[in-house]
Amino acid sequence: MARDFDVVELGPTDHPTAGDVAPDFTRPLVGDEFWEDVSLSDLTAASPVLLVFHPMDGSFPATYIWNELRDRAWDADHDVTVVGLSISTPYAHKRFIHERGLEYSLFSDPGNAVADAYDVVNDLDGMTGISEPRPAVFLLDEDRTVRYAWVAEAWPDFPDYDAVESALSAG
Amino acid sequence: MRYAGLTRHSDEAADGPSMSHPSSDTDPTITLYRLQACPFCERVVRRLDELGLDYRSRFVEPMHSSRDVVKRLTGKRTVPAIVDERTGVTMSESAQIVAYLEATYGGKA
Repeated sequence: MARDFDVVELGPTDHPTAGDVAPDFTRPLVGDEFWEDVSLSDLTAASPVLLVFHPMDGSFPATYIWNELRDRAWDADHDVTVVGLSISTPYAHKRFIHERGLEYSLFSDPGNAVADAYDVVNDLDGMTGISEPRPAVFLLDEDRTVRYAWVAEAWPDFPDYDAVESALSAG
Repeated sequence: MRYAGLTRHSDEAADGPSMSHPSSDTDPTITLYRLQACPFCERVVRRLDELGLDYRSRFVEPMHSSRDVVKRLTGKRTVPAIVDERTGVTMSESAQIVAYLEATYGGKA
């Protein structure tokens, strides 16, 4: 008997995995007060980085993911900078940061080229011309070497937060 | 830790989050606080470009009430505003900024 809802399976990807060096990029990084161009390598130079690709601000997966990341507050007891990335504009990011009470900054990439570089593009059915990143999490060392990677294989799908936490603790 | 900007200005240290970020020799010494599509900001941008000065752009919101970062620096919420780490100068008002840039860097190109 068919179930009455569909979880869409996403195709295979060639995303960076543990041991790979993650692609560098520069995009506006939006905080609670301003945004400015920042390179991923600027962040990794200072500490390990948890790079979180998320669906556009306002979607329920984005809300769920960031509520969880906010509540887990990994940066409080781990040496890590947590940053997000979505196709939402800097203005939308600023609203989202305030609405969700985030103490994290979010990269803005409306062109979705960063997701393309990481091979985590999700073309959105029914929103012609719009693609965004699949939900994905990359834990990067100071030289952008991937220590842990998780990429959604279905839509919707959510990170394995406990696995991320284990990877953080293992570092 | 939370990202808190590429460099730390002394004025921000008192109020800002407790994170510092290393700055490298290649970081621009001038930070321009600007609003998208603001003609007064573009005037400063044009002068910076004409003088060949490297600068970092930080964009703020149209709503004045959302510009506490600028207020902490200059005492006002207006943009454009600049911070020049080389000289320690912080100022707002485009005419004043343009005059400052001209006086400080105009003859050195």
